[in-house]
Amino acid sequence: MRIGVVTFPGSLDDGDAARAARIAGAEAIRLWHGDPDLHGVDAVVLPGGFSYGDALRCGAIARFAPVMESIIDAARGGLPVLGICNGFQILCEAHLLPGALTRNQHLHFRNRDQWLKVEATNTAWTNGFTADQEILIPVKNGEGCFVADPKTLDALEAEGRVVARYIKGNPNGSQRDIAGITNEAGNVVGIMPHPEHAVEALTGPSLDGLGFFTSVLRSLAKDGQLAGGQQ
Amino acid sequence: MTQPEKSTGFAATDVLATGSDEPDTVEKAEKSPDELQPFIDLGLKDDEYAKIREILGRRPTASELAMYSIMWSEHCSYKSSKVHLKQFSEKAPENTRMLAGIGENAGVVQISDKIAVTFKVESHNHPSYVEPYQGAATGVGGIVRDILAMGARPIAVMDPLRFGAHDHPDTARVLPGVVAGIGGYGNCLGLPNIGGEIVFDPCYQGNPLVNALSIGVLPVERLQKKEATGTGNIVVLLGARTGRDGIGGVSVLASATFAEDEAEQRRPSVQVGDPFMEKLLIESCLELYDAGLVSGIQDLGGAGLTCALTETAAAAGTGMRVWLERVPLREASMSPTEILASESQERMLLIVTPENLDEVLKVAEKWGVWATAIGEVTAAAEDGTPGRLLISWNDHVVVDVPPGSLADDGPIYHRPIREPNDIMLLQADRAETLPRPGTGDELRETLLRMAASPNLCDKSWVTEQYDRYVLGNTVLAQPEDSGVLRIDEETGLGVALSVDGNGRFARLDPYEGAKLALAESYRNVAVTGAEPIAISDCLNFGSPEDPTVMWQFSEACRGLADGCLELGTPVTGGNVSFYNQTGAAAIHPTPVVGTLGVFDDVARRIPMGFPKPAKANGDLLFLLGETRTELSGSEWAWVTHNHLGGRPPKVDLAAEQALGKVMAKASKSGLVTAAHDLSDGGLAQVLVESTLRHGVGAKVTFPEDGNSAFVHLFSESAGRAVVVVPRGHDKAFLALAAEHGVPVTPLGVTTEEKVLQVEGQFSIPLDEVREAWSSTLRDLFGGELAGRNAQPAVVEAPVAVEAPEAPATEKVQSITLELNPQTPGGPITPQS
Repeated sequence: MRIGVVTFPGSLDDGDAARAARIAGAEAIRLWHGDPDLHGVDAVVLPGGFSYGDALRCGAIARFAPVMESIIDAARGGLPVLGICNGFQILCEAHLLPGALTRNQHLHFRNRDQWLKVEATNTAWTNGFTADQEILIPVKNGEGCFVADPKTLDALEAEGRVVARYIKGNPNGSQRDIAGITNEAGNVVGIMPHPEHAVEALTGPSLDGLGFFTSVLRSLAKDGQLAGGQQ
Repeated sequence: MTQPEKSTGFAATDVLATGSDEPDTVEKAEKSPDELQPFIDLGLKDDEYAKIREILGRRPTASELAMYSIMWSEHCSYKSSKVHLKQFSEKAPENTRMLAGIGENAGVVQISDKIAVTFKVESHNHPSYVEPYQGAATGVGGIVRDILAMGARPIAVMDPLRFGAHDHPDTARVLPGVVAGIGGYGNCLGLPNIGGEIVFDPCYQGNPLVNALSIGVLPVERLQKKEATGTGNIVVLLGARTGRDGIGGVSVLASATFAEDEAEQRRPSVQVGDPFMEKLLIESCLELYDAGLVSGIQDLGGAGLTCALTETAAAAGTGMRVWLERVPLREASMSPTEILASESQERMLLIVTPENLDEVLKVAEKWGVWATAIGEVTAAAEDGTPGRLLISWNDHVVVDVPPGSLADDGPIYHRPIREPNDIMLLQADRAETLPRPGTGDELRETLLRMAASPNLCDKSWVTEQYDRYVLGNTVLAQPEDSGVLRIDEETGLGVALSVDGNGRFARLDPYEGAKLALAESYRNVAVTGAEPIAISDCLNFGSPEDPTVMWQFSEACRGLADGCLELGTPVTGGNVSFYNQTGAAAIHPTPVVGTLGVFDDVARRIPMGFPKPAKANGDLLFLLGETRTELSGSEWAWVTHNHLGGRPPKVDLAAEQALGKVMAKASKSGLVTAAHDLSDGGLAQVLVESTLRHGVGAKVTFPEDGNSAFVHLFSESAGRAVVVVPRGHDKAFLALAAEHGVPVTPLGVTTEEKVLQVEGQFSIPLDEVREAWSSTLRDLFGGELAGRNAQPAVVEAPVAVEAPEAPATEKVQSITLELNPQTPGGPITPQS
């Protein structure tokens, strides 16, 4: 399995996302913002950071990068895409996910170990979790406050598209404590906290983040079998 | 020579009294030897100006004058400190690890056959007072470029910070800005912030200390040099365009004291940072290093192009020919003097061979960074006389100087030294004689009051604004005793770093105070199990023109040099910050020491929090070291009596070393599961911090050794640590301590019950301790969520997780060191 990790100018957690993919058992492939070729990857991670220096708005420029054109097309065709932090912001800017990430309500960057409750477990990136599983992964952002109009929020909840919510304290003021969401098909997931920082006992607060990466491998394997069976 | 009455400032120095629109040139200088020059406004003294004229054999041009004023400023030339700093070299302990030392951009220390680390701590005090956000941000940017210039990938930062009184209105301006600036720059750069200090003391009112440390890692063979060698080689300016920011930063800003209302006017002297540009600059430099395209490199920081051009040329003995109009500008109207003096951030000066130039430009283009050939290296004279630095601007020759005269031949002062008159009285006013709490209830109340005090309280309101996870190699970060980083995923090679200082101790006795700062920093590294190997220092003092300040400085240098010799930890580099003074009131002398330690395997690091007890009857608690009645300069004397007097605690570096050896061995044999060094606030503070870390209680019983419970709790004797030893390991541990002659006192046990009990004195539920400890900074500086989610998260840091079931994958290896450039589309290969 090949998981592509995109490097935009200003990407910071690209190395960490690649490491997490490798620990989960995948081959990590570097994708460059200026190169539209996806190099045959089976899934893509848009990592955290400050792509293009957060110029204009977080993610607003990255959305137009040549590699994103290919990713947007492929995501519409079912390619699993995980956007972490800045990656989540890019997915919203690209309209692959609804809503927007705005300045934290308290106006500070905040980094802490954050408890989440996983809700949607039918996505490409969370199928290895159990419903309502509580996980601990780091959150770190300045603009992580998820907002959307009430109709969209209602729809996300009604359709089971809230991937995870903040519990035991909301670190940024996100509406309805939303930490992550998915698209209708469940292949595109955006999450504000950083699963790639919770994959090793030595450096993370837990190993809970690994579940995102093992989930996608599982779903790819399953899809592969299905595809094979149909042939 | 008389002075023009009033200079309109730095930028105007190109415009001479003669009123010409054209820049002042060498030709004009020769023709008008008696031109009045505003050297005093630029910070130069009469004799310094005379010496410049002697060197050049004429008056300097306006640009030359600006360059000399910058390079001969206190900040750049170390003219007042040099004679004292040389002890660090003269008394340097023998060692074989140091690849680059004092005088380089940063010291480089080899930690394995293939890998070296470079680290340095530096000040950005004055700019951070004038403009807290940009001052602090560019402090981070500057130290990171020093690390980058050595050939290293920067991998972390730390920030020792000192502010005025916690409740002073100006602290509410300075602190949030400084913290946001450090976070804003470091987070955006992708560097974890792994530790530091936050200290409040009225002596820093108007003179906050914003020190910044960075560490980087490099393969040994990638070490870079700054020498501009090779006649005909091209001088390339890489990075941001040059603007009018930061002009005169090192001379008029960092090398002078301010009057009370002057800070506002100095704001244009502060640089403005762009961390995104710095991130691109880092990536392009690393790619250039790996491709072997760089012959010499120097960062541009304080003193900008002036410093980079003169230092690179002087280091090689070569000359340089520079065309200033080629420098990309943010503002086209900049004069040659402004271009030379600008401290615009995110720039590096490269020396490259002509055949590599195209490749260099290509790499810069890939990362979207400006790269411009602005000059070339010229030969030294045939008789070996170093070459000259010749700078023109639109065909006007504005500079023609021997570069060494700027970089190396600055003035050196033996400033007068005088012991302060008040030191005897101060030392006689001992805190040991102050009234103390006696009953259990009074001790309980004192412990809670101390825990809530600004210097001892929870600092997470600050540290949560810093990213500590990025790069994925942070093993320990604040509030731990040291920041601990994994360097190599394959071997587990790692480092520990701690920065410490104690201005009160140094005020009472600068010689001992400097040693105490060194001892604390050393101990903080040692208790994690790492072997301390080298230090960097940032020496923050008042005005060197005050003989009593110079006495403090010379004593502190002597103390630090003696201490480093005894501990075997060489000074690899650092920085001096003088003029931290408003009017006649200088700050406490504040030497800050950063100690680097090494782990052969970082997995054996010892954290500070008490772990969940292995057995129901708890793990065993021991105190290492000797507790004496030492309260002078202590946090207790300050918080409860607003008292500073007496003599600081005794420092015994041999005992510190013995403690370090015990901890290293205990770490290797797994005898100790947690350890916390004792410093500010004494044992009481250790109990607060170590119990709250994972919500594990403690039941403490003091021995009948003549010390009162009060002394046990609040004395600040050096050379001590609390350790947690699981039952069954105690005999081995006691034997180990005995072998090294380290005194051990049994203190009691850890408990599942979330209560801090001191037998026969008091008992406090941890929730109550946490409440006292955690709300202080939030209440002072605000920033909590409004609305429905207003409850702050109270999350106890989870106990370190057990090693995972081996996932179905091959061994993870390091990607920290990018030894081979990665190609897009190719697999991200593990590297070592």
